[in-house]
Amino acid sequence: MAVMQAKADALAARLAGARPDEGGWLGKARAEALARLAPMGLPGRRDEYWRYTDPASLTAPEPVSAAVFDAKAEPRPFTALDRLKVVFVDGQFDAAQSDDLALEGIEIERLSLAGHAANHWAANLYGVLEARGQTPVERPLATLNSALATEGVLIRVTGKPSKPVSLIYLRKSNNSDAMLHHCIKVESGAELTLLENGPAAARLSKVLEVDLADGARFHHIRTQGRDHERRAVTHIFARIGAQALFKSFTLTANGRLTRNEAFIELLGADAVAHIAGASMGDGDFVHDDTVFVTHAAERCESRQVFKKVLKNGAVGVFQGKILVKQGAQKTDGYQISQSLLLDDDSQFLAKPELEIYADDVKCSHGSTSGAMDETALYYLRSRGVPLKQAQSLLVLAFLAEAISEIEDEAIADDIRNRLEGWLHRHEH
Amino acid sequence: MTAVDMEVRDGVDRETIETVQAMSGSYKYGWSTDIEMDYAPKGISEDIVRLISEKNEEPEWMLNWRLAAYRRWVQMEEPHWAMLSYPEIDYQDQYYYAKPKSMAVKPKSLDEVDPKLLATYEKLGIPLKEQMLLAGVEAPEGERKVAVDAVFDSVSVGTTFRAELEKAGVIFCPISEAIREYPDLVQKYLGTVVPATDNFFATLNSAVFSDGSFVYIPKGTRCPMELSTYFRINAENTGQFERTLIIADEGSYVSYLEGCTAPKRDTHQLHAAVVELVILKDAEVKYSTVQNWYPGDENGKGGIYNFVTKRADCRGDRAKVMWTQVETGSAITWKYPSCILRGDDSQGEFYSIAIANNAQQADTGTKMVHLGKRTKSRIVSKGISAGRAQNTYRGLVSMHPKATDSRNYTQCDSLLIGDKCGAHTVPYIEVKNNSSRVEHEATTSKVDEDQLFYCRSRGMDEEEAVALVVNGFCKEVLQALPMEFAMEAQSLVAISLEGSVG
Repeated sequence: MAVMQAKADALAARLAGARPDEGGWLGKARAEALARLAPMGLPGRRDEYWRYTDPASLTAPEPVSAAVFDAKAEPRPFTALDRLKVVFVDGQFDAAQSDDLALEGIEIERLSLAGHAANHWAANLYGVLEARGQTPVERPLATLNSALATEGVLIRVTGKPSKPVSLIYLRKSNNSDAMLHHCIKVESGAELTLLENGPAAARLSKVLEVDLADGARFHHIRTQGRDHERRAVTHIFARIGAQALFKSFTLTANGRLTRNEAFIELLGADAVAHIAGASMGDGDFVHDDTVFVTHAAERCESRQVFKKVLKNGAVGVFQGKILVKQGAQKTDGYQISQSLLLDDDSQFLAKPELEIYADDVKCSHGSTSGAMDETALYYLRSRGVPLKQAQSLLVLAFLAEAISEIEDEAIADDIRNRLEGWLHRHEH
Repeated sequence: MTAVDMEVRDGVDRETIETVQAMSGSYKYGWSTDIEMDYAPKGISEDIVRLISEKNEEPEWMLNWRLAAYRRWVQMEEPHWAMLSYPEIDYQDQYYYAKPKSMAVKPKSLDEVDPKLLATYEKLGIPLKEQMLLAGVEAPEGERKVAVDAVFDSVSVGTTFRAELEKAGVIFCPISEAIREYPDLVQKYLGTVVPATDNFFATLNSAVFSDGSFVYIPKGTRCPMELSTYFRINAENTGQFERTLIIADEGSYVSYLEGCTAPKRDTHQLHAAVVELVILKDAEVKYSTVQNWYPGDENGKGGIYNFVTKRADCRGDRAKVMWTQVETGSAITWKYPSCILRGDDSQGEFYSIAIANNAQQADTGTKMVHLGKRTKSRIVSKGISAGRAQNTYRGLVSMHPKATDSRNYTQCDSLLIGDKCGAHTVPYIEVKNNSSRVEHEATTSKVDEDQLFYCRSRGMDEEEAVALVVNGFCKEVLQALPMEFAMEAQSLVAISLEGSVG
């Protein structure tokens, strides 16, 4: 009982003073989210789903102040790509830095401007996938986002736009507490590449709801910023139709606390979902990937590939689950989580789960943790490769499987360059 | 469900399915013994705890230990994190103590034991005559002997080969007797591996355990024969709460076997056991279980609720423990034999086959807690689900910061037979140093098509190929069983199909 009271108290404290707009379809969705949130409260350390990561700094009424990180002259990711830029600063839309939102085959709107539109398509998506994602495990922080988010983008894709949409999250304030909520609907046969980069805020909560119609294709590549002090909780909720393709890759380097949740439902036959992550942590760093993939149709394929390189007390967490429902025959589910611990202080905590109710399936998961392979290192050095370079090579090789989930070679190269930069800066 | 109406997927051998079905469909040990019993009044209370203690003629410290556990238990909540669903258990609606009337005066030797009780074990294939027997297999003259402690409901009815074991300095007796005869040993070790406050079911056991086995292997002694306990639940509406304590002193070795059965009844019966293994420097314990409690009928009516806490503490350097379990019975299984690898270079192994058929539910696995340097653990778990059964592997591998240069390897495989059952894997992996290596692999599948194809391309017919592949699925675990048990396990599991395919 005391635990429930603590959750309710945390929620009351967090909601104090919040005045979400109550009008329009968005207001209705927010009110519904608030109603769903009330019995849940906010999560605490004693929740099984927060076994390895303390949510206290995410649930607290105020964010912990975080110094803005100066990346110096280092270029931001994706700068070399032709893309449609949508820029947010501390969670607020920045029209001056953003491109014109018009592009053939795609409609892009700001959440804050579309909330009162009649018969808006997003009314059937906003908070809807998030609500579906509340069973079997509650994700109150996502519901809180649905209730309080004021900005985001609503993207409806009807064709094959000529360039990726790039969401850029800058931050200027040490105390910004941003909440963003995006809805993406990719119609049958349409295709979208979505890029995201930047730290966004001292504390960020972001929800991405993705609805893929039959035969739709969605590529998602994000980097979460080199910001040392930031904290973030992000959720992806995806509903995937028959023969549709969903691919998501995340690169995380630093950040005090990052919890990336994904709740992916394969609802039509022959759908594919790949979700991958590469993270590097040095020092005071907690990075948590919590992934739940549901196979609810026949012949679907899912892959989860998560790699973590940890040093100086960094903590890597992976909670991944494949649920195969009754009738989802011929499922192919794969999951791998691996950590490379570069010194004795770091930790890797994993809970890779399978829950299977169909017999004609092939599901496997693997998880390993250990130090750098001394034999491989010795081999490289015996070939004349200097120690630091040899170590970098092995780290890159370790992360390669996750990066190979990015289909676009130019984007993959961009990610590799960033990795090398990180390794160079964090050499002993 | 019969073999006929069950949809058979390509590649799964019908014989495998039939054998798996046969195990619960024709439960061999479902009969009961008609014998006059003395019951404690129904329900649980401090008075019942006192009564059990009094029946066992226990010293006061033991009663106080029990009462402390009971007082703690009433404040605890039953855990529900396992993937098991069952109606609420009414802890007041059962008997916590049942003893055959003929055991009112403790028999001085096996010759004085009620012939009905002896006949019960004879029928189970566990003759208590001091002959070289186990598992119904008569061994030829000169083969190794197995000492048996037979526990019937709440009491031990007899222990064989005690005199011979005593010559080697080995103590093997009912724990009720050990509490009276060897209080120093019991007091020193009881509850030190599984504390009385450990978890809901262990705490309940600490309050009301009635009997079980006690083993002490002295320093440097290799136990001259295998030790075995056979648990039989007979009385209706009666829970069995046994407690086993095994102490392997420095440099000693023992192999211990455990078997169990119960009659078919329409109501569920509770079984909450605690097993503690204390393993000192350079000692080794092998603990093998064939769990064949009544699983309930095909609709899930009746069957044993099996909530068991088993843990081994490798206290000394180079201590070694090996758990092997074949779990085929019980309506509900909740069981995680664990290893605390405290001593440097200590080793823990866990080999498990869990079969769930019809409405059975099993949530079982292990914990490997690495505390000492260069500790090693290995987990091999094979789960087979059929009918509407749910089978979950749940395990923890924990590498503490000081457990440097340690190693774990985990392999969990699940095989599904039929599209109404479930197979689940819930591993927890916690690594807190970088010189240790942890590897976890799990697969869920039906019989592998590639392997079948390979066998067939070598000229085998389909049945032979399936037999070979399915046999291979469980072999790692079956091989870990002592010879004496392998027979029983194989006939139960019947996964080893060699020679059975026409």
